[in-house]
Amino acid sequence: MASEITPKGYIEHHLTNLTYGQFPDGHWGWATNVAEVKQMGFMAIHVDSVLFAVLLGVGFSFFFYKVAKKASTGVPQGFQNFCEWVIEFIDNSVRGSFTGKSNLIAPLSLTIFFWIMLMNMMDLIPIDWIPHLAYSMGIPFLKVVPTADINVTLGMSMTVFILILFYSFKFKGPGGFFSELAFQPFPKWLMPANLILEGINLIAKPISLALRLFGNLYAGEMIFILIALLYSAGWVLAGAGVFLQLGWAIFHIFIIMLQAFIFMTLTIVYLDMAQQEHH
Amino acid sequence: MNINLTLIMQSISFVLFVWFCMRFVWPPMIAALTQRKKQISDGLAAADKGLKAEAEAMVQAETDIAAAKSQANEIISKAEKRGSEIVDEAKADAKAEADRILVAANAEIDQEFNRAKEQLRTQVASIVIQGAEKVLEKEIDEKAHTDIVNKLVAEI
Repeated sequence: MASEITPKGYIEHHLTNLTYGQFPDGHWGWATNVAEVKQMGFMAIHVDSVLFAVLLGVGFSFFFYKVAKKASTGVPQGFQNFCEWVIEFIDNSVRGSFTGKSNLIAPLSLTIFFWIMLMNMMDLIPIDWIPHLAYSMGIPFLKVVPTADINVTLGMSMTVFILILFYSFKFKGPGGFFSELAFQPFPKWLMPANLILEGINLIAKPISLALRLFGNLYAGEMIFILIALLYSAGWVLAGAGVFLQLGWAIFHIFIIMLQAFIFMTLTIVYLDMAQQEHH
Repeated sequence: MNINLTLIMQSISFVLFVWFCMRFVWPPMIAALTQRKKQISDGLAAADKGLKAEAEAMVQAETDIAAAKSQANEIISKAEKRGSEIVDEAKADAKAEADRILVAANAEIDQEFNRAKEQLRTQVASIVIQGAEKVLEKEIDEKAHTDIVNKLVAEI
């Protein structure tokens, strides 16, 4: 692709997922350009996002499973130290924010934190390595950062949203949940206004979770792409680009951790709110 | 920005990973952590207990040593007393024995002396008679003169 790149083409190429889906005429196949991706609509799968997400998830699960299986009560060695440190950290966060008792919240938080962190970390791999390798193997598009795909973040936040609804129904009952939505903050006779307000409040939770993570990672990736564009703009800019990329990568490590932590903490807080009797 | 099936696949894999973590990762790790916490607190408690026991044992040992010392002193003074008693008894015994032997010896000496005197007396009598016989060269009524001589002898 080196010969015919334009900045627009380069950016567009980097922001297009490898997509497998249903064409308008009904048959399933790989999309070969942006227009085809648009035509597919909902009946399409971002194979790269799913692939990297699942690979990282499997890697994370397998790693923790191996350590957990060998977990000894004696002096912890090597990876067990690391895993225990992470687990204590998560456990403390959950204990600090979640007032109820649940066997689900802590493992859920661990999965959210670690999985999102790993997916975010894909951003630190120099931006052209994997896509270029894939391109040379005949794969037209490849986006390696799953969390820079709105489907991935929304998929996770929707699952959290379902859990929020489940906890609300479980702990408050349908009546309690409804009264929370309908009878406050205004008096009962303003029920429609209440419903609109609280409904937006409720819907905003998963949407904001998903958009915050997506926005940060998408923007981060976009900046990496823009820095990468400098490399084809002469010696001086290319030299500046090296430092810019290094600086942005170091700063981005912070964003990676922070966004994973925020997603986890907000999930805990939302679920805590869902299971709490309030007012 | 197109929402598509990826969302659903991501949700499914998310649920699966959470389930896996909940089933296979979290419980053993937390169990190991709490177990270790318990072991450490138990160990610390045991160490505390050991220190306390050691202090108690030291105190006990000191009182034991003091008691043993006083007992030893008592035994030594008793032994000294007994020793001097034995010496005194031996002295007294020896003195008594010496006295007894002395008395016996005196008695024997007296007896010997008397016997010798008696013997001397009879021999003197017969010698006197033989002498008188020879001097007188005369038959003497032995019987009558024996009486006289015996009277003389008795006067010796």
